[in-house]
Amino acid sequence: MKRKWNWAIWVGFGGVVGGLFSYGFFAEYPITRDFPWANLSLFAIGGALLIFGVFRAFGRPQLYRGKIFGLILTAIALLLIAFFSYEIFYVLRQVPLSTHAPRIGERAPDLMLLDQNEQPVGLGDLLSGSRAVALIFYRGFW
Amino acid sequence: MRSFQKKLSEFDARGIRVVGISVDPPEINRRQSQKLGYTFPLLSDPKAEVIRRYDVLHPGAGPKGADIARPAEFLIDSSRIVRWVNLTENIAVRARPEQVLSVFNQITPAGQ
Repeated sequence: MKRKWNWAIWVGFGGVVGGLFSYGFFAEYPITRDFPWANLSLFAIGGALLIFGVFRAFGRPQLYRGKIFGLILTAIALLLIAFFSYEIFYVLRQVPLSTHAPRIGERAPDLMLLDQNEQPVGLGDLLSGSRAVALIFYRGFW
Repeated sequence: MRSFQKKLSEFDARGIRVVGISVDPPEINRRQSQKLGYTFPLLSDPKAEVIRRYDVLHPGAGPKGADIARPAEFLIDSSRIVRWVNLTENIAVRARPEQVLSVFNQITPAGQ
């Protein structure tokens, strides 16, 4: 008898791969970037399907395929999740302490830099005619 | 910073200037401003001088190990006094415009 296609393994693996590669999309929105809920949910769903698929491949091997490739895909999926977790929960948190950054109540260091039109801009220019300046340091687009 | 652009009218209404600073050269900032529709200035600090002065340097974190700025936000009042600082512990988590607006509302009595 021809054994059945074990869809749970493939769909589960697809869910894990999707969870990894959708990071760029979900990082566009603060709610899914501050904590990667969406990606972790995809990992959880994908992982559950993979385990389900592998269990039935071993439990009823006469009916379902996937004993070998199920294990291989599960191992790859685990590596992908480990890579994601390392990047998101370790690498992204390696931020310098900035212990000497100006604190509340201190005078802001002066600055004089070129804007996007190559015009020099100083803190005084930014403050003239305004009540406050929100200075946003960012990593850059490169 | 996209979120700040979306709320820019609320910053304008309160007289708050929004400005970005990075190590990117002006031509990249010009291109990005046009592409993303930013109407606030992006300042260029290629030698990270101001970034160092504010102690927000992230050494070696840029392409090919270049020094770049770590994400950080400061609210500076018209007397050049820092009124609020946000130093994230996670590169992915940045200040939201609502936070800055709410701090400004708190430190500025109504009607002034």
